[in-house]
Amino acid sequence: MALLRHTTGEIKERKALTVNPAKTCQPIGAMYAALGVHNCFPHSHGSQGCCAYHRSTLTRHYKEPIVAGTSSFTEGSSVFGGQSNLITAIDNIFTLYDPEIIAVHTTCLSETIGDDLMQISQKAKDDGKVPEGKVLIYASTPSYVGTHITGYSNMVKGILKGFAAKTGTPNGKLNIIPGFCEPSDMAEVRRLCAMMGIDIIMVPDTNGVVNGPLTGKYEMFPKGGATREEIASMGDSMGTVGLGRWATTDGVNFLDAEFKVPGTILGMPIGLQATDRFIETLHKLTGKPVPEAITFERGQMVDIISDYDQYLYGKKVALAGDPDQLLPLVELIVTLGMIPAYVVSGTAGKYFDDRMAELTKDVPYDCKYKCGPLADMYLLHQWIKNDPVDLLIGNTYLKYIARDEDIPLLRHGFPILDRMGHQYFPTFGYTGGMRLLEKILAAIMDRQDRDAPETRFELQM
Amino acid sequence: MSSKPINVEEIKKELIAKMPTKVARKRAKAIVPGAGGGEEIPEIQANVRTIPGIITQRGCTYAGCKGVVLGPSRDIVNLTHGPIGCGFYSWLTRRNETDAGPDGDNFIPYCFSTDMTEHDIVFGGMKKLSAAIQEAYDNFHPKAISVFSTCPVGLIGDDIHAVARQMQEKLGITVFANSCEGYRGVSQSAGHHIANNQIMKHIIGTNDTPVEGKYKINILGEYNIGGDAFEIERILEKCGITLISTFSGNSTVESFRRAHFADLNTVMCHRSLNYVAEMMETKFGIPWIKVNFIGAHATAKSLRRIATYFEDQDLIDKVEQVIAEEMPAIEATIKDIRPRTEGKTAMMFVGGSRAHHYQELFGELGMKVLCAGYEFAHRDDYEGRHVLPKIKVDADSRNIEELEVEKDATRYNPRKTPEQLEALKAKGVEVKDYDGMIGQMSKDALIIDDISQYETEKIIEIMKPDIFCAGIKEKYIIQKMGMPMKQLHNYDIGGPYAGFVGAVNWYRDIDRMVNSKIWALTKAPWQMEGPELEASYVAE
Repeated sequence: MALLRHTTGEIKERKALTVNPAKTCQPIGAMYAALGVHNCFPHSHGSQGCCAYHRSTLTRHYKEPIVAGTSSFTEGSSVFGGQSNLITAIDNIFTLYDPEIIAVHTTCLSETIGDDLMQISQKAKDDGKVPEGKVLIYASTPSYVGTHITGYSNMVKGILKGFAAKTGTPNGKLNIIPGFCEPSDMAEVRRLCAMMGIDIIMVPDTNGVVNGPLTGKYEMFPKGGATREEIASMGDSMGTVGLGRWATTDGVNFLDAEFKVPGTILGMPIGLQATDRFIETLHKLTGKPVPEAITFERGQMVDIISDYDQYLYGKKVALAGDPDQLLPLVELIVTLGMIPAYVVSGTAGKYFDDRMAELTKDVPYDCKYKCGPLADMYLLHQWIKNDPVDLLIGNTYLKYIARDEDIPLLRHGFPILDRMGHQYFPTFGYTGGMRLLEKILAAIMDRQDRDAPETRFELQM
Repeated sequence: MSSKPINVEEIKKELIAKMPTKVARKRAKAIVPGAGGGEEIPEIQANVRTIPGIITQRGCTYAGCKGVVLGPSRDIVNLTHGPIGCGFYSWLTRRNETDAGPDGDNFIPYCFSTDMTEHDIVFGGMKKLSAAIQEAYDNFHPKAISVFSTCPVGLIGDDIHAVARQMQEKLGITVFANSCEGYRGVSQSAGHHIANNQIMKHIIGTNDTPVEGKYKINILGEYNIGGDAFEIERILEKCGITLISTFSGNSTVESFRRAHFADLNTVMCHRSLNYVAEMMETKFGIPWIKVNFIGAHATAKSLRRIATYFEDQDLIDKVEQVIAEEMPAIEATIKDIRPRTEGKTAMMFVGGSRAHHYQELFGELGMKVLCAGYEFAHRDDYEGRHVLPKIKVDADSRNIEELEVEKDATRYNPRKTPEQLEALKAKGVEVKDYDGMIGQMSKDALIIDDISQYETEKIIEIMKPDIFCAGIKEKYIIQKMGMPMKQLHNYDIGGPYAGFVGAVNWYRDIDRMVNSKIWALTKAPWQMEGPELEASYVAE
């Protein structure tokens, strides 16, 4: 019997009720971004439930420790303001956990009551609660605006505001803001840049933080993460590349406006053309030639696509997730000759609709897509009920639709709560693209094997 | 294992030494020794506000209300009124297993939210809430809709109860609301209380169609994590006991409506459901007893207590027969496993009941619990209900409604006379009673309330247990230290652990974990101290 048994193909107009969202709220994105700074302690200025939920979700996704503090608002502080809670928290955090940096974000609670982080931070410093050499940074992350991607973006800007500076002496480096992606993807970006001989500063960088080793010793502040010194020199860089319009535009623009570091916003380098644009951009910005080894990887990916074309062509795909991830994925789907039949993202943006229209204009199917409020997995499921697809791509919550409708699922995006791999193996770049192809093909070919009649059960595929 | 004798006071000093003075003073009150040898039970500080920045494991009132108590009812549409996060994070993340039954209603895999935006914060969200309730009805036709408020709702002044009343009138189904804003109280606990009040007000006793069957009971505070309630249901059925409703694992709104036909309420999780137990006693005359289905012997003991209560020889015989049938498998498993677990040590820091319930299971494996504590229990869960009159409600919890119920004019029916209750007490079945955890832990064990991350690391360093039990947020911190960590909220996606089948599952899991090979391999061979590598390798 179906798990989502109450979902039918009868689509009624909804204006107020979200069912099975394809997004979550701002602070978790901010917490994730703060984890990408070395020796940094994320702090949630709100009631403690938010912090517990955000830590739990990130922990379930990464199977790694995620620590963060909270101001633990009570009813009293909710009425009279959370200043004393935050100042007490700052004192306790520095005394007991000794981070170099505390990165404060807010919740719908502290935002609704209007706590002023700038003023409270100043008071904490004036009261001597911030030890010598230690730093407070902060970002306003109201949960009722945007999504977790907005929260990531806001904290990135908070980090840059807190540390980025310009001495006037060029450092010869390229800044990269990687967007809300996996540590494995950040490592892949670093690997590609190293192959091109480009010195980069990547902020945030969660590689080594949320995919660390087990050594027998727990490190609250793992070796990974962008250092304060690195971030401080971003104003001297030759340029900034942001990977993902939603997650990185604010950060890229900040460095441009504040320090005249020219910025380029790209999509995430997922799939063939998006990676091409990324490599091309690196080449153009730095003048460094693209090495043979990268062209070789690209050729391998093209080779695989041509080898397996017959299993891909015409297959319909439904996707849910974050727009920075979805747009290049859809482009890849179209490149493979597949059909991105239905796409939803809880994160809004006009560019999403424009780009989707552009990507699907020649696709021989009336592709449906929607972003923002009410673009949820319930709607996606209803579309599927009316005309099914061959593959689902998205986070773990899609497994209920996958089971009910008997559709293979490729887990991608956030959160993935029931499989490993995302923290260790990239989907960025040509090698990440090859991994995606492996998984897409495995899903489709496993299904063919399962469903084939005895006479058509094939040894070779 | 620690070889030096355990001195509770010294350990306590070590735990708080580095804290700012005020914090140390406060934390010291939350750390006490056990009193299992008949020592006087010490007073512990509990259910007070969390210290900001200390890294608590606690959640909020919304989690206690929606996530814990009301969320598991399968045929109620649970609608979160707030920005998207609260609904999203409580979507399927607690493992309340559910069998949709013959009627087929099951909303557990769904997340319903009003997804408040800035516009709703500024202009109020009541219109959107009404519309969302209407749309939930139009799309899903549930038997009941329950609304849960989140932090901003209380601040902007949305009257969710008025909206619920209007929509109930309009739709003709039960619609009720819970003011469970995350900042109320100091933990999940306030949410339990709020949920108890609303179930009592709006659901319990709203259907007077009698329930047939012998020995009718309810289970209060059992959420069917990993199928625990299914195993309890199996055992009760085998004994011929009629289970009307479980609050709230694998439950339906209809079972709650007729819960007042039970002749006994059995309380598993005292913390979360003792309010309903008390109110049902007052209103309908149904006594309650504390039970514990965690541990084979605890399960047997609880079954015997239920049988003793009903004072019926057929039931007493049947229960003994069931226990006799189930026990051999338990004893065989223990005989196999115990040599590998005997003498090992454990720590447990879990919500509001399991840190106590699981102690018998460890005992059955010959393991000692060195240290235990709750996130959000109250003094009565630690010290026993006799301290209830002495507990002062502080400023942070004062605004949680104390629902006043009275004897039901027509339906109040005391199931036992005072004399019968006295006689039961003499037989060891005391109603309205719970002894708490402290009295059952040895005097060289520590009890720590609302333990912080800092104290967790310290206590492990000092006492070096063989296994640590807590939740997902602690899990990988502990494992990075090279120590097995058992989640006692979600059972690491295992279970059931309740009842007889559950006990066997538990023994096997603990055996696997404390004897895992991987912890000896955390260092690479070249990181080991010892003689230089020799220039020859064994061919394999």
